Amino acid sequence: MKRSTKQKLTPYLFVLPNVLVFAIFIIYPAFYGLYISFTKWDIISSPDFIGISNYINIFNNPQFLDTLKRTFIYVGFSVPIMFVLALTLAIGLDKKIRGRSAFRAIFYMPAMLSFIIIGVSWKWILGDNFGVLNYILEAIGLQPISWLTTPTLAFIVVILVTVWARAGYFMVIFLAGLQGISSIYYEAAEIDGASRWQKFRHITLPMLKPTSLVVLVLSTITVFKMFDLVIALTQGGPGRATTFLVQDIYLMAFERGNLGLASAMSVVLFVILSILTIIQFKVSARGGSAYE
Amino acid sequence: MSNSTRKNLIVFIFIVVSLVFILPVLWVFISSLKGTSEIFSWPPTFLPNNPTLNNYSQAFSEGNFLVYFGNSTFVTVTATIITLIINSMAGYALAKFEFVGNKFIFYSFIATLMIPLHVIMVPIFVVLRTVGLYDSLWGIIIPPAATPTGVFLVRQYMMTIPDELIESARIDGASELRIFAMIILPLAKPVITALGIFSFLWRWNDFLWPFIAISSESKYTVQVAINNFIGQFSVDWNSLLAMNVLAMIPPLLVFLFLQRYFVKGMALSGMKN
Repeated sequence: MKRSTKQKLTPYLFVLPNVLVFAIFIIYPAFYGLYISFTKWDIISSPDFIGISNYINIFNNPQFLDTLKRTFIYVGFSVPIMFVLALTLAIGLDKKIRGRSAFRAIFYMPAMLSFIIIGVSWKWILGDNFGVLNYILEAIGLQPISWLTTPTLAFIVVILVTVWARAGYFMVIFLAGLQGISSIYYEAAEIDGASRWQKFRHITLPMLKPTSLVVLVLSTITVFKMFDLVIALTQGGPGRATTFLVQDIYLMAFERGNLGLASAMSVVLFVILSILTIIQFKVSARGGSAYE
Repeated sequence: MSNSTRKNLIVFIFIVVSLVFILPVLWVFISSLKGTSEIFSWPPTFLPNNPTLNNYSQAFSEGNFLVYFGNSTFVTVTATIITLIINSMAGYALAKFEFVGNKFIFYSFIATLMIPLHVIMVPIFVVLRTVGLYDSLWGIIIPPAATPTGVFLVRQYMMTIPDELIESARIDGASELRIFAMIILPLAKPVITALGIFSFLWRWNDFLWPFIAISSESKYTVQVAINNFIGQFSVDWNSLLAMNVLAMIPPLLVFLFLQRYFVKGMALSGMKN
């Protein structure tokens, strides 16, 4: 009897430490954050409940709407470019070419580095007066370019550096997906005289659908949350040209001390991330069943 | 196009792409070996005329880099150990025991994959202050230690361990803790290794969490310190580049020596997510 009570308790004891840390530092803050979003709070005085005023406020705030739009544009460019590059590299690596594992390692390498380190490195290369890229431009007779101090250029640079930083990571996921496709399909298609393109279009792409979905969801979420890279590379500037949602939340909370507004913005971020995830799963569920 | 020309073309394109990936990192490394005047010389030199480690010693002496490096190492190692322990315990319970609340706990773990720190940075800051962990290295270590991904991976892996092993150990009178430590953990080594590598890399590279949890400079991690350096009005590129190179070393070492483990692990998590 004693033994069985003890056995019943065992799983709870095993799961307890994780549950505790989780409950105190993830679950509780999540609900608490939702509560803060309905208050006016500067952390010094006590929070005042003000209903949905913060939400009305942010959606009437052109600065916030601008940031939201900018973040979507950033995601809208970075994710597809990263997706195509990662897939292309993976398809190349899936063939038996010379130096395959060296290439794989090189393409993956930036994914090992933090966005802070990547941001600093590119700032050193792209700097207006000291950057080596501008030297190269001058050496071939072109004008130096203010990469990081021209709004549109800085925005493009942030997109390209994002792609540079994480394409290799998603390439490895694609590679695993490609290697999971049985060669039987290709052999059968060859017997039927299928062209290279037909094989890609009718075997590789459909079979890769689950993997593509994983890559889309993960890359969208990664890019949507971007903070570290812009902090190191552009500090969100020039002006607000590369200020994205998370940085705005940070500024609102920790520099302007408006925890209520910052929390309302966080809830918006959460809703967007959730919707993106759900949409992408729905899309895949509709089209994906045929091949599974 | 014949098959071999095609392959050669791919190799050629890949060499060009490789340069785009390698050269920036290489340039940072080369620059970090240049003296104070040479680093800004125009036209820039490619290889340093007088290679020097001055920037590195300067980063350690003036930049307090040793402290930051120590903080990062402490956080990374401690956090990884805690994560491995509590995640594998939870994963084991969820994989091998039937108990009331089993499903509920599992799905709440999974659901929180949707709640990244970015979403809860305001409340977590308040919570850290309330529980007295604000501006403490433990405030960086403990809160994100209960990773949902880790629990999930361990659970999936442990479900493949046969129940008979556990049953027969129980009949032999082994305690539950002993079964876990002596039978289950050794069998789960592959997934625990992969998880350990992930945790190590993530913690070493993590920025947002320490950035929010810490205010005193003496507790900065490497990433926060580097960010603080580059945010200053006149950037001390000599020290900064040296710090940047040093901060790259641990992840690149992991990459060089443990590549096969985490590529396997990543494929696993990629597929299962």
